[in-house]
Amino acid sequence: MNIEISNLHFAYPTGVQALRGISLTIESGEQVAIVGQNGAGKTTLVKHLNGLLQPTSGTVQIGDWNTKEHSVAKMARRVGYVFQNPDDQLFSKNVGIEVAFGPRNLGMNAEQVQRQVNEALAMTELSDKTETNPYDLSATWRKMVALASVIAMDTDIVIFDEPTTGQDAANIARIANVIKVLRERGKTVITITHDIDFCGENFARVIAMSQGRILLDGKANDVLGQEDVLATTYVDPPQLTRLGKRLGFKETVRNEEEFLAGLKK
Amino acid sequence: MAIVELKNVTYKYPLTDTPVLKNINAQVNEGEFVAVIGPNGAGKSTLCYTVAGFVPHFFKGEITGAVEVAGSESSKSNLHEWVLNVGLAFQNPFNQISGAKYTVFEEIAFGLENIGVPREEMIQRVNDAMKLTGISELADRSPYSLSGGQQQRVALTSILVMRPKVLVLDEPTSQMDPIGTREVFGVIRALAEKGMTVILAEHKVEWIANFADRVVALHEGEIIADGKPSDVLTSDLLAEKGFGLSRYTSVARKAKAMGMWQKERLPVTLDEAVEGFTLTLPSPKGRGE
Repeated sequence: MNIEISNLHFAYPTGVQALRGISLTIESGEQVAIVGQNGAGKTTLVKHLNGLLQPTSGTVQIGDWNTKEHSVAKMARRVGYVFQNPDDQLFSKNVGIEVAFGPRNLGMNAEQVQRQVNEALAMTELSDKTETNPYDLSATWRKMVALASVIAMDTDIVIFDEPTTGQDAANIARIANVIKVLRERGKTVITITHDIDFCGENFARVIAMSQGRILLDGKANDVLGQEDVLATTYVDPPQLTRLGKRLGFKETVRNEEEFLAGLKK
Repeated sequence: MAIVELKNVTYKYPLTDTPVLKNINAQVNEGEFVAVIGPNGAGKSTLCYTVAGFVPHFFKGEITGAVEVAGSESSKSNLHEWVLNVGLAFQNPFNQISGAKYTVFEEIAFGLENIGVPREEMIQRVNDAMKLTGISELADRSPYSLSGGQQQRVALTSILVMRPKVLVLDEPTSQMDPIGTREVFGVIRALAEKGMTVILAEHKVEWIANFADRVVALHEGEIIADGKPSDVLTSDLLAEKGFGLSRYTSVARKAKAMGMWQKERLPVTLDEAVEGFTLTLPSPKGRGE
């Protein structure tokens, strides 16, 4: 299911021009990271994908659905959205009920719901916590509950807003694994992140935004190698990209594997 | 001279069986900048609360051992006296902002009002503190209309304005973008250079490596390493325990196993990595370019 955005403009009621002409195609099964300084329009852009925001002008098309013609509730069948702060989305008395809420709301039968819940809990390593109240869990695990509750809806497109904020190394590795499993299942994953090392290690395509426009869009190595352009939206290339550059590597590297290969050349 | 001293501190939250801090022994000298690292759940925030007196005065629970700051002992003091010595910026600014004030300016003045600072001095100190953290333009905004990163700066400013002897910061940039992070660490470093004692719980290892005098590593409530950043942040023990370390350290550790890192010590910063890997690489001329 492709995402087609054409000449999207959006102004908040305060008059702030948050998006100034975004045109973009994301194909089914792509893994895309969106980077850029606070206020660049990243969250405003992804909120258009499930109809939470409607374009001031231009169109957003999810498969054959124009977001203007469908309710947010209906868009939720195609686009799942994990909020930055899990506390903005969790409300049930235990993890099992929380994660079942989405698929049940989509009208899946009891058996399907159970299967989706079990899979989502296994993927997020929460299987032993179904009876726990989400608010008795640490912030780290509440984040995983938020991920699970969206994954369980089995949408073709999944959006993560800043998934690694405040997470430790072990949980960032768990989140990276969730993204990998989603990729293997052919899902489209769009992630907003300030964690540029995480971006380099997990995404094949990177979009850099600045002041409501797309600054760069392309293969991760091509985008992350453009240190000077990224600096204009206050993004530093990943640590290993910078190191490769300083060592005079011919090709841009973005993860350990590529760096070590570059070292052998 | 030690300004903060923890002697054999063990602490349990109310209604829990397992201590969150176990036999903590540590000293922080006046003017020192100490970073505390560890996975989530290791006890970093609890340690911050303990130095700041919230443990046990606010959270209650069971504490043994002694916590001393500037010669007084926490268990023998009141929290309202204690906070004049130690300022704590919470990890989540939501938990700190008073909810009683309409503007950022008033929010930052709140602590000074409580201790009866004269009006003129109060206005001066609030303005100075806002300038220091770069939030002067937010003065008239509601604290609740701000982004997470801006709220974190307000929370930090409302502590700085109190001019504590010891500044305790619990992940003060967790909600900020890289530019905000850079600016706030710049402020913290400037304070440290002026002689402020700083205790900082933080995941962002590359900043710690560049700024801190010392790193304390917490794991399951115990201190498992305490020393210079370049020693602690490259230790094999921390790698084994799953601590988040710098990419430079991790990749050099792998390269070392493959015989492509020759130095004894692993790098923490970009410059150290460049220096070390340059030894491995053939000279640029030899690379046929």
